[in-house]
Amino acid sequence: MAEPILRTQSLGISFGGLKAAQDVNITIEKNQIYGLIGPNGAGKTTIFNLLTGVYKPTTGTFFLDGEEICGLSQEKINHKGIARTFQNIRLFNNMSVIRNVMVGLHGQSEYKCSIWDSFFRLPRHFKSEREMRERAKELLRIFDLEEERNGLACNLPYGKQRKLEIARALATGPKLLLLDEPAAGMNPHETEDLQKTIRFIRDEFDMTILLIEHDMKFVADLCDKITVLNFGTVLAEGDTKETLRHPEVVRAYIGG
Amino acid sequence: MELILSTVINGLSLGGIYAMIALGYTMVYGIAKMLNFAHGDIIMVGGYVIYVFMAFHNPLLAILMAVVFCVILGVVIEKVAYKPLRGASPLAVLITAIGISYLLQSLAQIIFGSANKMVTVYDFGSVTFLGATVQVSALVTLGVTVIVMAALTLFVKYTRIGRAMIAVSEDKGAAQLMGINVDGIITVTFAIGSALAALAGLFYLLKAPSISSTLGAMPGIKAFTAAVIGGIGSIPGAMLGGLLLGIVECISYKITVIAPYTDAIEFSILIIILLVRPTGFLGKKRREKV
Repeated sequence: MAEPILRTQSLGISFGGLKAAQDVNITIEKNQIYGLIGPNGAGKTTIFNLLTGVYKPTTGTFFLDGEEICGLSQEKINHKGIARTFQNIRLFNNMSVIRNVMVGLHGQSEYKCSIWDSFFRLPRHFKSEREMRERAKELLRIFDLEEERNGLACNLPYGKQRKLEIARALATGPKLLLLDEPAAGMNPHETEDLQKTIRFIRDEFDMTILLIEHDMKFVADLCDKITVLNFGTVLAEGDTKETLRHPEVVRAYIGG
Repeated sequence: MELILSTVINGLSLGGIYAMIALGYTMVYGIAKMLNFAHGDIIMVGGYVIYVFMAFHNPLLAILMAVVFCVILGVVIEKVAYKPLRGASPLAVLITAIGISYLLQSLAQIIFGSANKMVTVYDFGSVTFLGATVQVSALVTLGVTVIVMAALTLFVKYTRIGRAMIAVSEDKGAAQLMGINVDGIITVTFAIGSALAALAGLFYLLKAPSISSTLGAMPGIKAFTAAVIGGIGSIPGAMLGGLLLGIVECISYKITVIAPYTDAIEFSILIIILLVRPTGFLGKKRREKV
């Protein structure tokens, strides 16, 4: 069997005495849309922060495409192929839409030109700038943002800001895309639209997606597999529909 | 009329120097979120490097060496003194910066003594223009500043690294997660700031060919004032603030009654701006969202 895209091995982190995540094992195969769910404070975003290098785990490690990348710095992990969006949108608000995406392209070697190329305005500088602009436009077209590309990111309506964040993350050329509550604050119509977009990203970019979401219908419709977290530990995992019916899961959500 | 013309040209030229230094303050503040109070002393170091290399009677070599030396110095200071404090309280970083400032001044005093050194980089002479006599060096200063500022604006706007700089200044965390090497960007910022400071050192020597270990102190504070007036963190703001301050200073020097109070007038402008518009002319307005 092929190497899974992501494999975490007893991943855990404590803040002082608080075990925010403990012994978390998740395996995500290529092209899966994988859900990470759980009640508030279950440690979902903590897992995202561990996977993107914001936190260093106190126990365990994780592998991307078979390569151990745990402990690398945030930008290195991004270069290796994990990109994310944020629960509360963190766009570069005072930059134009297209430049937000171009920042995402920053770390990709094919667009690199040295500071000297830029300083002396060598042809390489213009070539790489032009290519980045074209690539950014393509990405914006996919997300239906091409029209707004020269406006400031902060002036976009909420749903479009979420889309732009995904476009920016995709621009970094990831193997695994982490979406932190992509449907938060969206109306049912926008949510449906988002589902389509996520499936499209998987097919078009040959992408693997791990997402956190509270909207159970959204998760049930979209995810191939899920992991349920509660108090930082894995409560249940497996096929989405079965896992959602798991008595432990029902109890954790409804209480009692 | 002649007086006005020469005052304006001198003012713009002095303002250009302030703007160059202010750019260093404002860029470092925007990107590393720290006030680098040792920035002014880089000017002084640049001046001394020019003094040393003028022994070879080659102004271009001296200028080049000053820029190179200041860039290296700025980057080393950042790596040694500021980088370990990343994430520490802003006060700790501020105190460190002041410490570095004194360190540089004292080192200069130990090496070169406390007496002023005289160094003439190049004598451009003066020209008479529409009846006004202006130092050519003032025109050169003005011209170079305009070019440097235009280049810097283009660099920040239209290059990959410039874009990354803006991204880091907007949201360091998000920028890092989008694959930007934040430490690298901070290094580039310090390098650019120090190069500009070295040029400012050169322009000071063109204006008055005497150098001491405290050469950078007053211009440093004036430029910081300019950066705050323009809106700290804003590149066009630093330019605007610098030019404004330079013109005010030159006009004030020409009016006998208020000439002795020139510094007081400049800092009063700062206080007024802080009262009326705390973010400066072009600073970002922060509206708290409820």
